[in-house]
Amino acid sequence: MIRYNKLIFELSTEDRVGYSLPNSKFSDYNINDLKTDYLRTEEPDLPEVSELEVLRHFTNISNKNFGVENGFYPLGSCTMKYNPKINEEIVNFNNFKRLHPLQPVSTTQGAFKVYYDLQKILAEISGFHEFSLNPYAGAHGELIGLMIIKKYHESRGDFHKNKIIIPDSAHGTNPASVVVCGMEVIEIESNKRGRVDIDSLKEAISGRDDIAGMMLTNPNTLGIFEENICEIAKLIHKAGGKMYNDGANLNALLGKVRPGDMGFDVMHINLHKTFSTPHGGGGPGSGPVGVTEELAKFLPNPQVKKMDDYYYVENNGDAIGQISAFYGNYLVSLRALVYLLTLGKENIKLIGRYATLNANYVRNALKSTYELPIQGNCMHETVFNGLINKENDIKTLDIAKRLLDYGMHAPTIYFPLLFPQAIMIEPTETESLQTLDEFIEIMHKIAIEAKENPDKLKDAPTKTPIRRTDEVFAAKQMIFSYKDYLEYIEKRDE
Amino acid sequence: MSKILEGLYYSEDHEWVKVLEDDVVLVGISDFAQAELGDVVFVDLPEEGDELIKGEEFGAVESVKAASDLIAPISGEIIEVNEELVSEPEKVNQEPYEAWFVKVKMNNSKELKDLMDHKAYKEEISE
Repeated sequence: MIRYNKLIFELSTEDRVGYSLPNSKFSDYNINDLKTDYLRTEEPDLPEVSELEVLRHFTNISNKNFGVENGFYPLGSCTMKYNPKINEEIVNFNNFKRLHPLQPVSTTQGAFKVYYDLQKILAEISGFHEFSLNPYAGAHGELIGLMIIKKYHESRGDFHKNKIIIPDSAHGTNPASVVVCGMEVIEIESNKRGRVDIDSLKEAISGRDDIAGMMLTNPNTLGIFEENICEIAKLIHKAGGKMYNDGANLNALLGKVRPGDMGFDVMHINLHKTFSTPHGGGGPGSGPVGVTEELAKFLPNPQVKKMDDYYYVENNGDAIGQISAFYGNYLVSLRALVYLLTLGKENIKLIGRYATLNANYVRNALKSTYELPIQGNCMHETVFNGLINKENDIKTLDIAKRLLDYGMHAPTIYFPLLFPQAIMIEPTETESLQTLDEFIEIMHKIAIEAKENPDKLKDAPTKTPIRRTDEVFAAKQMIFSYKDYLEYIEKRDE
Repeated sequence: MSKILEGLYYSEDHEWVKVLEDDVVLVGISDFAQAELGDVVFVDLPEEGDELIKGEEFGAVESVKAASDLIAPISGEIIEVNEELVSEPEKVNQEPYEAWFVKVKMNNSKELKDLMDHKAYKEEISE
């Protein structure tokens, strides 16, 4: 493979123009009549390239990419399942694609039916009363969910309730969302079995009247079901708090058990994880928030409602406010609805079962060579703590890099933070037995290499378009644009 | 095997405390801690004059793997901050026992008794 490593700016040739436009017919307006305050003083630094150059550049770059359509992608906590192509077919219908959110409601009834039906299906699957599809991503959903909890307490005059309990295994976004929402975190430790320690929880809430709630991921980030969830919920409710479920790991539960039935009051669902909408590259994501009947009036505006057969938009005075331009990432919601309707009720029930079966298959096959820090079965994902054989100083990072040489994406590494060499594998239900066997074989092979030929791991990857990256440099030198890059080069050469 | 210096006090959060004179101490992180963290890329430090409260976070170190809070092993007033670490965070990896984060005037030097000596710390990390 020819190594392609150009920036589009480096292809630029002065005065090359890749388009031809007719003369402007707007003679009433002249750009020079604008007040100078609004005119830029320098020309923007844009690449001057032809259409073919643009096309080749991005095609070459895309060849360096790796996605679920290239190979196995067991990135733990991310649920990188296959996104069926029918989702894309449907969203490309002009009936959806060309809609404008400000069209008269009478002309967009079908679009609102999509929104309304999806929120109803999500409510049924998760056991909540009502959903808002407006949040743009998982972390956005977390923030909205917390704002709802805060608003609930404020509506009762409990302004002092501002503490949220979070276990130490949580995703980093949980404490971040709490702080952004203007509340404070109380962290509690997990027990030796990787679950919430009930005694620590009791101690954390005893004698306090400022507990606003608790954020919990179930199954948690170790892929383990919080079996004491009902007791945990009871304790938090007794302390006057609300239970928030981070829906990151909902895939494991589909068809088996519903978060709403476990005592959760609020949850967000990552449509881009559980319901097969495109994932990665930063979006567009979607993080619908569901609540119990008691909290429904606080859901963000605008809200889509239905009366008889007519859909309409309502802005509710009790709502936390408006948190999105219109109705969230609408076409992402549409993809999720297509996925759900394509599968149907009976098949949706199989998702959790197969996701869990696949993860346990991998877990059992690898536990002879990789250290299993927590015994017993897992749910949809399994966490190891590096190799059992720690000689040759092979780190989880080396194992992950070596996997790339074998044409597979690396699992999530160094998360959760509970184990220093954490490696977190989530195969999802969409992988075949053959793919899982191939992955297991490669992982065993890597373990043998670690013992007999450790340099193969320490030098990895050697077969990818980009070799091992300098992570320290990348973290310290923030180069996000061509301008940053030029500044860096100038400084370096000084 | 991580290096442990004799004569320093150690906390469960893998910080070391070195007594300079009476109630003035330096605080850093142990060799074990830097090895677990991996390459340190950022150090977030408090300001001179800030108060340190035992058991509460006073800054953070960020490595390529994770960001970790610095937890105060003792209480007192920060009389000096090692600004050098901000521009050269790699010092934390290279010389963990030289790369101190803060110089502190302790409120209560009895708090040192709650910390571990080098022998106890050695046992702690070999568990």
